[in-house]
Formats: sequence, C-alpha cells, structure tokens
Amino acid sequence: MSNPIEIAPDEIIVVDELRKFFGAVEAVKGVNLRVKRGEVVVVIGPSGSGKSTVLRCINHLEVPTSGAVYLDGIHLEDRRTNINQVRTEVGMVFQQFNLFQHLTVLDNVIVAQRLVRKRSNEEARRIAMEQLTRVGIPEKANVLPRQLSGGQQQRVAIARALAMTPKVMLFDEPTSALDPEMIKEVLDVMLELAQDGMTMVVVTHEMGFARAAASRLVFMDQGRIVESGDPEEMYHKPQHQRTRDFFNKILTHG
Amino acid sequence: MAVRPEQEQSVMDIWIEGRQWERFPWWFVGILGAILFMIFKIVSDPQYTRAYNAILPGLRLTLYITVVAFLAAVAIGLIAGLGRISQNFVLRNLATLYIEFVRGVPTLVLISTVAFVIVPGVANLLGIQTPRDQTPRAIAALAVIYGAFLAEVFRAGIESIPPGQMEAARSLGMTHFQAMIYIILPQAIRNMLPALGNDLIAMLKDSSLVSVLAVREITQEARLYSGSTFRFSETYLILTLLYLIMTIILSLLLQWYQRRLRNE
Repeated sequence: MSNPIEIAPDEIIVVDELRKFFGAVEAVKGVNLRVKRGEVVVVIGPSGSGKSTVLRCINHLEVPTSGAVYLDGIHLEDRRTNINQVRTEVGMVFQQFNLFQHLTVLDNVIVAQRLVRKRSNEEARRIAMEQLTRVGIPEKANVLPRQLSGGQQQRVAIARALAMTPKVMLFDEPTSALDPEMIKEVLDVMLELAQDGMTMVVVTHEMGFARAAASRLVFMDQGRIVESGDPEEMYHKPQHQRTRDFFNKILTHG
Repeated sequence: MAVRPEQEQSVMDIWIEGRQWERFPWWFVGILGAILFMIFKIVSDPQYTRAYNAILPGLRLTLYITVVAFLAAVAIGLIAGLGRISQNFVLRNLATLYIEFVRGVPTLVLISTVAFVIVPGVANLLGIQTPRDQTPRAIAALAVIYGAFLAEVFRAGIESIPPGQMEAARSLGMTHFQAMIYIILPQAIRNMLPALGNDLIAMLKDSSLVSVLAVREITQEARLYSGSTFRFSETYLILTLLYLIMTIILSLLLQWYQRRLRNE
C-alpha cells in the first residue's frame, strides 16, 4: 500500500492536516504531528483547544472530518483498514478510567486479551498479573473496581491497556479526575513506562510530568498546534505570547 | 432496632413509641387473610370446591404460556431494542415501526390480530402449516406485544451505561458486537432487572387475555365453568385470588432477589 505522504520507517504516528468539526464548531483546524518510536509527546493547552480530539482521532474513537492518521504506516481512515486490529496496537487511558464495573480487576485486564488477542486463559492471566504487578497492585486482582480508589482504578486501567502489548500508549488527561494525593502514584507509573521506552502521547496539565518525561512538548490552542519543542526550552523560553500566557495561568498557583 | 429501655418498659410500649406498627406491612396481612379465607371456603363449601376444581387444570397452561412467551419476548425485545439504537437507519426505523405499531393498538385487539392475521400470514410466507392449536398463537401474540415493551426496557438499560464503557472496550480492539455482549449488556441487564420483573408480572396478568382465543388457561376455564353453572361469584372470587397469589409470590421473589443483588 502506498501512502500519499512520506512516512519515515521510525515514525509510528503521523497526523496529517487533521480537521474535525462537531456540528458547526471546528474543534481541530489542521493539525500535523509526527511521533517517532520511543518518543514521549506531551500535549498541553487550555480546555477546548482540541488536544483530546486529536488524541481520540489517533485510535479512531473520533473520525476526522478531513485529513489522515497513519499508525505504523496504516491509514486509519481507509475503508479497507481493520480498525479493531489497529486498536490492539494502541492502548488508551481515559480521564474517567472507564474500568468495566461488572468485572473484577483481574477480569478487566483479561477480557480483551481473550476476546481480541485470542490468548489462552492461563497466558492472559499470567500477563494480567505481570501488568498488575508492574503498576503496583497485584493484591487487588480479585476486587471490583468500585472498591478501589481513583488512583488505583487508573493504574488498573493502565495495566489493562498494557496487557494488550500495544506499540503506542495514549493518555487522555489521566490525572484530571483524581484527588491530589493520588496523582503522584499514577504519574510514577507513567514515568516508569516512559523510561522503559514506550511510545506515548499524553494529554495533561501536569507540567512536572512533562518536564520529567517528555521528549517533546506540544502546545495547542484553538484547534491548532501553536508551538512544539524541547520541554525545558519551551518552559523557560516560550516563543509565542499564547504559550507564555498559558504557562503563567497554570503555574501561578503551582 | 437498638432501642434500649432505660426503665421498665413493656415490649408493647417500645413497639408503639417506636412507631414500628406504622412500618409493619399491614396490607400483606389483608391479602393473606383473603387467601386464607378462600382456602377455607374451598375446603368447606362444595360450590367453591367445584369451581376450584374446574379452574385449576388451566393453571399449568397459564404458567406455561407466561414463561414461554416471556422468554420469547425477552429475545424479541433485545433484538428490537438493539435495532432502536442502531446506527443503521433501516434497522432503526424497522424497530421503531414495530414498537410504535404495538403501542398504538389495544392489547386485547392485538392478540386477535397476531393470532388470526400475522401468524397465518407468516406461516403462509414460510410455506408451513398454521398450527391448529391456539396455544402457540397465544404465545406468539403475547411475545410480540411484550417484545415491544421490553425493547424500550432494553434501550433504556443500554443507554443507562456510560458511553465510556463502550469506548474503553472499543479502544482495546473489541468489535461493537463483542463490547455489547461482554461489557454493555451484563451491566445493562442488572439495571433492567426491576423493570423486567414488573413486566413478567404484567405478562402473567395479561395471559388472561388470551382466553379470547379459547385457550384453556385459568381465565378461560373460569369463563366456561361460570357460563355453564351460573356460579359467577364463586368462580371469579377464586380466579381473582389465584392471580393474586401468583403475582404476590412473584413480587416477593423479585424483591428478595433485588435485595440480594444490592447487598452483593
């Protein structure tokens, strides 16, 4: 399959001229983004800037109005693309955790492995326990999600996504619904994941995480990427007035 | 519960002061009284005994029709409910057409319509013999009618599950169908249980309507017996209390089951 745009072999995510309308509102106004294997891209920006929409287009939960997304060279908007197969390679972590409420923690991590990856029960169980150990809560395997704290639920959600052995992990404001004292435990898991070389795209307001883990920082406003670059550089010397304003707003109380 | 009397107080005093008597289900005592009265009458009064013996053979058919028709209605309701929220406009409109059609016609009329128009029509279309026995027609009629009600129950049940559950399932690579079966429906059905239980009780009561098809369930037996003996008051008193016993038992079972689910 030949693609109309050039994609380097190490570029696992390519977002090309992405636009998205919700009714008459244009949420994303032409975004271009290229992510290399092993990169950790942190996307920041005020609410309504379109950053979550871009993220949701990367695993086709949102269908772009125009433009294209390529995952490992596969064009998502192509009718011939099996989107379910592509999604097994892309883990997603949501703001509201979205754990399956009727299943135990262990079954949450097992169910998609069995149905989608077609793994045997023993293998799925072994991988699930590995991932639960990785996020630090193997002892909660047999409880229901509602018996866990928000931070624990989010860590299970990360384990659930990791158990599919994805090539890319997407995080959609993973700590925004958490009580302050639980943010760190989730960020620690994410930081470790970044250090292990996982390719990650993270939408967040946590500047501390961005500076510690990001290989690139992207600032979005009003549906466009305003600037992107090295996190420290951007943090200390933002090139654009809007970036400067945003940093001032989120940092005055931090 | 933990009322500790400071001084000498009789149990009666505590009971009345704690207004426990207001919480006691007196209505149940009334129903129990009526049932016991009926049993006494059936045992002691030969007219009641005869009426009771005439109606009772229909009880198996009443229960059989209710259970089979309800299971069929659940299947129809699931399919029509999924159709109602489908992205496919043909399926969505077909499901809505069915539901609105059933809701717009009186139940008693619809039973005859299904039995005499739709069942022979479908049988013709499939090239099979229309069943001579009226019971399958009665079951088909009740299933079609309650399928439409249950479709709305299923739709509401599915819509009660936050969209994030479907998104999470799809993001893991599950198909829409897998997500529905393994993630959404198990949660939706839990939320639907009270409504399903109510519809089962309603179905039991509405099974009396298939007596217009001369299906010999308890209402039909009562009609036949009272018509030939003119013992209307005995017959219908027994019939009324028979339905009451069944619905009360069902309702208590459902309450017990729901309480068990909540405490899980």
